[in-house]
Amino acid sequence: MEQKVKEPRYHIVKRADISGKEAWIIRVVAILSALLLCAIITMVCTGDNPISIFATIFKGAFGTQRKTWITLQYVAVLLIISLALTPAFKMQFWNVGGEGQVLMGGLAAATCMITLADKLPNAVVILLMIVTSILAGAIWGVIPALFKAMWNTNETLSTLMMNYIATQLVAYFTIVWEVPKGSGKIGIINQNSNVGWLPNVGNKYLLSIIVATVVTIGMMIYLKYTKHGYEIEVVGESQNTARYVGISVEKVIIRTMLLSGAICGLAGLLLVGGINHTITTTISDGQGFTGVMVSWLAKFNPIAMIFTSLLIIFMGRGASEISTAFELNQSFADILTGIILFFIIGCEFFIRYKIVVRKDLGKENA
Amino acid sequence: MKKIKKVLSAVLAATMVMSLVACSNETGTEKEAETASEATETEGAEQTAASDVKVGFIFLHDENSTYDLNFINGATEACKAAGVEYMFKTNIPEGQECYEAACELADAGCDIVFADSFGHEDYMIEAAKEYPEVQFCHATGTKAHTENLSNYHNAFATIYEGRYLAGIAAGMKLNEMIANGEITEDQTKIGYVGAYTYAEVISGYTSFFLGARSVCPSATMEVTFTGSWYDETAEKEGANKLIEDGCVLLSQHADSMGAPTACEKAGVPDVSYNGSTASACPNTFIVSSRIDWAPYFAYIIDSVANGKAIDTDWVGTLETGSVVLTDLGDAAAEGTADAIAEAEKAMNAGTLHVFDTTTFTVNGETLTSYMADVDTDADYTADTEVITDGYFAESGSEFRSAPYFDLQIDGISLLDTAY
Repeated sequence: MEQKVKEPRYHIVKRADISGKEAWIIRVVAILSALLLCAIITMVCTGDNPISIFATIFKGAFGTQRKTWITLQYVAVLLIISLALTPAFKMQFWNVGGEGQVLMGGLAAATCMITLADKLPNAVVILLMIVTSILAGAIWGVIPALFKAMWNTNETLSTLMMNYIATQLVAYFTIVWEVPKGSGKIGIINQNSNVGWLPNVGNKYLLSIIVATVVTIGMMIYLKYTKHGYEIEVVGESQNTARYVGISVEKVIIRTMLLSGAICGLAGLLLVGGINHTITTTISDGQGFTGVMVSWLAKFNPIAMIFTSLLIIFMGRGASEISTAFELNQSFADILTGIILFFIIGCEFFIRYKIVVRKDLGKENA
Repeated sequence: MKKIKKVLSAVLAATMVMSLVACSNETGTEKEAETASEATETEGAEQTAASDVKVGFIFLHDENSTYDLNFINGATEACKAAGVEYMFKTNIPEGQECYEAACELADAGCDIVFADSFGHEDYMIEAAKEYPEVQFCHATGTKAHTENLSNYHNAFATIYEGRYLAGIAAGMKLNEMIANGEITEDQTKIGYVGAYTYAEVISGYTSFFLGARSVCPSATMEVTFTGSWYDETAEKEGANKLIEDGCVLLSQHADSMGAPTACEKAGVPDVSYNGSTASACPNTFIVSSRIDWAPYFAYIIDSVANGKAIDTDWVGTLETGSVVLTDLGDAAAEGTADAIAEAEKAMNAGTLHVFDTTTFTVNGETLTSYMADVDTDADYTADTEVITDGYFAESGSEFRSAPYFDLQIDGISLLDTAY
């Protein structure tokens, strides 16, 4: 009898293997329970009808044609940044410097727009913007990679710190180029001449979406079907194995971070040249970090990332619509988003592990 | 699988219970909505043409920022008084999000779209170009008079007059402190926490200082800048630095409670901005000046309802009720109310000008001519003569509504000008 009392009522077991179907059921249950908890909290806190809150979330993201386009554009930018981080993560290089790489790309684009506007024709300015912003992002990404390759420094710290350097550089140039004097704001660059504004394709939202599609397909092919992609996977699994089979780990790290930074720079170019037409320290809006989550949730699968980035943008836009429609504080929207993300991330635990309840539990007590 | 089924059924059951509750709840809200709509209908019947106007508002933060709260209060008041429909969008950053918010409001049928933050301006202009039939109004902006868009308007108020009056309250307090023997005459140093070295801030602290010096001639001032319009920590640190530096009275132009609470803690009297801080700082609050935006909102609603054009640059004044002072705090000196009333009267009569060139010097010299950067451009070109009739014509409606006073007058020292 005593032995049985010591046996825990349940214990956690790592799942050997889980079918795709089962994993998806767990995810759906997680999302449903997240919504349920949101509904309860909404009712308790505000007395508003939860169904109408959920309807509002949906309307916030897809309520009008414009809202749908904006949502898709946001998804596109977040997706590009997430895709940029993916190859680095896949080789277990913790690039949390996406924020800085995006900012540097954006800063390079803004520099071209401001300093070259009256000196060169528009097409040349745009060409230079594309080249410099991609280059700037790549350089910002490769510096920590070089340190890692040469001296085995901790890349989590170095990429993170590069973010702060980039933010301060942007802050410095904001003061240099501020209009009007003393305002601390650059404002829309070349608002009347539109020099350096990336051309509208169809409408002003489509360009980012097309770029995101191209990058998604490209990244999928790169990771899955090329020799580089295979090398990244081997380095990620085990650096020693990689060395054993003759892969130069240092080379792969540097090459992959060049690519990762370059794509972040591209996102910066879109944000500055295509969308905001200005540069601020907050222009990437934490997406360098959100991208980490998008990439992880999708298990580094570019196609799955479309859905995870959509989910995060959808929730964010829906939540801010709630604060408008119900005149609630923005914090309430953040609470709902937090709950949903908690469940989504938490359910990964249940996909990897399962809880086994002691089988004879009921009988013993009876 | 069995377990999952169990969980699923439990979730389903819970959902059903929830939906039941939701249904009952729905009927409740419907009833409320009905009574509410009845109320608005009766209200609408009393109102005239204005009631089919719809106004959309874009705010940088929400009611937690004193700056935005001041706008939100004005907007609610004016819209309720006019009986018009309105929509609020809060926490809209100064970027493309502002353009999108403005377009969404226009799509939602707003006749007027208003934005409250300086950095919103460029994005409002973009939206104004796209929706020529919608009126776009922007507070604190500088570009309406050069953009040539008939549906884009700037507005500001002669807040420097309010600052000057608040400065008088500060000067009276300094005099009282001298009379009580708390400080000597050469210790009358005022501290000021500013955001940026931007004309609006410079105009604000200079007028405040001139007001204080008009009653306390020995007054000097030190100014520090935080590099942000809203940064509670930086504002608190700035205030503490000024207090350590020997400033005996503080004021600020930044939107958080940082400086007022630092003053309350240190027991240093404070003149705040954008609204009373008396409840949080009962021992140190003297007075606060603020712009009341309700008259402007009433004006634009009325203009659109009656098909009249809105001024490109609208300047609210003491007389329009746009520039107001809060009730005096307990820390205010005796006789302050009378001194303020007297100065206000002189201002309204046109005999007192805040930036009277005989009351200040720049590098030791009296100003006879000054070209200000009124038309915004990237090179800060000085383009407009603003000294007329012996005073600096600030916020002249013939120039632009937003302040452009950016002179560094003698008696004020800037501690840091990085921003």
